[in-house]
Amino acid sequence: MDNESSIRDDNQLTVEQAIANLQGEDLGLRVYAAWWLGRFRVDAPEAIDVLIAALEDDDDRTNAGGYPLRRNAARALGKLGGKQAVPALIKSLECSDFYVREAAAQSLEMLGDLSCIPRLIELLNNQVPGTLPAPEPPQLTQPFDAILEALGTLGAIDAIPLIETFLDHFIPRIQYAAARAMYQLTSQATEISNQYGDRLVQALAHPDLQLRRAVLADLGAIGYLPAAEAISETLAENSLKLISLKGLLEKQLLQTTPPDLSPGAIKVMKLMDALL
Amino acid sequence: MADYLDTLIRAVEDADSSLLLQEAVKNLAEARLEGAIPTLIASLSYNNPGAAVAAVDGLIQLGEPAVPFLLQLLDNHNYTARAWTIRALAGIGDPRGLLTLLGAATADFALSVRRAAARGLGMMKWHWFPDELLEIAQAEAMDALLFVAQEDDEWVVRYSAVVGLQFLADAVAVTYPEWRSQIQSQFEKMAVKDESWAVRGRVWMAQQHLQAATQPQTIDNQPSPLSSMDWQRIMEGLYGRKGQEREVLAEGDPRRYRELVVAIDPKTGDA
Repeated sequence: MDNESSIRDDNQLTVEQAIANLQGEDLGLRVYAAWWLGRFRVDAPEAIDVLIAALEDDDDRTNAGGYPLRRNAARALGKLGGKQAVPALIKSLECSDFYVREAAAQSLEMLGDLSCIPRLIELLNNQVPGTLPAPEPPQLTQPFDAILEALGTLGAIDAIPLIETFLDHFIPRIQYAAARAMYQLTSQATEISNQYGDRLVQALAHPDLQLRRAVLADLGAIGYLPAAEAISETLAENSLKLISLKGLLEKQLLQTTPPDLSPGAIKVMKLMDALL
Repeated sequence: MADYLDTLIRAVEDADSSLLLQEAVKNLAEARLEGAIPTLIASLSYNNPGAAVAAVDGLIQLGEPAVPFLLQLLDNHNYTARAWTIRALAGIGDPRGLLTLLGAATADFALSVRRAAARGLGMMKWHWFPDELLEIAQAEAMDALLFVAQEDDEWVVRYSAVVGLQFLADAVAVTYPEWRSQIQSQFEKMAVKDESWAVRGRVWMAQQHLQAATQPQTIDNQPSPLSSMDWQRIMEGLYGRKGQEREVLAEGDPRRYRELVVAIDPKTGDA
């Protein structure tokens, strides 16, 4: 129901029109239609089919050789939840465009299908031929943070030794993605996983606001309860702290039967109340 | 004391990095000096969230003397600062902010503004209100909060409305027990229907609180510093709001058509 009301808000397009535009001549309309289908969660089978087809588009190229339509299509497919997109997204991990690979890794994470793990590991090892680095500095060879986060969410335990090597990467954002994945992959042993959670908590004090924001998102994604106070005290926007704490709260709510509340849930809500 | 204040203010003005600014604003806020108010207010506009958090905390601690400055800043339409200003007004709970909060909670386009205002509506300093204004003020706050809890698209704004309603339910427990029941039935709906689990969780906590709390607790007994002129303005504003609401006629009311005819008549000019 929510989808329908959102669609009505945007009187520019209908589902049929967006699907038609995506297959049309106008490149601008095609890129917009791919974004729009994802934004409004249009999960009709024909929408997913045309988005999968768009992953092989060759018409829309940037001067640097990027594929804007493929990027948008890859992002949209993750939001739509159709598992039939998995093989095509795995294929997109071979795309020369860095941002297509990044979007594909993120969408495969969202779709939760484990069949992509071997290819993600190869990509993390930079063993996929034909892939070009990011067009701007620091010109990373691969979207490591997106790959690490996907491997963590998908429970790729075999990748632990490889992921560990990224804990010391020269880019802090990538270190944090590795810590986040390690937390998820070692969750059976609390004292081990907590050391990765605590590493993220320390990163909340990083002098760079952009990085503090990224770490708030990481902690929210893993729902790391011991981070609650540190999150609420981070020097960043209250909106982002609230979203991060929401991640902690929802993990707590899963551990009790409604309407019972764990002490952790109550603690997180008290911190959230103070940030409103 | 004046020298000390000057030094702290100069540190804010001279700060040449975002971290230094943050530190300087924090030190100024912690000094709890009324002379710091204009500088704290100015730092809400610097687009430095760390500094703004510290400034808002400082302004809330200073309380009532900061209110006229905050209301004046709102009039200047500085969008960067507006959310922080509403947050400070909400935290102070001064009745002069009530009308602003009512409008902001229900109609502001920025979710951070609606969020701060919704919480603030529940936490007004109700004990300052004269009897003849209390009922209409609390009724308006409750209407606004019930509307936000039901209608707002953003989970965090609905979450905030639940917090506001919990505080309001405490405030009206003795005077208007039927309002408290109305709030509780709203909670019962949200506890199973709200699409966000975080909002449902907050509703469960509010329900537990209302079941447990038999005595409404008064937080402070500090007397109202507001003048009769202030109350006059608040009253006019509230009655003005009520009046506007009455103009919304029910579907099928023949007066709607009369107004429609007037509205589309080219001679009236403002269609």
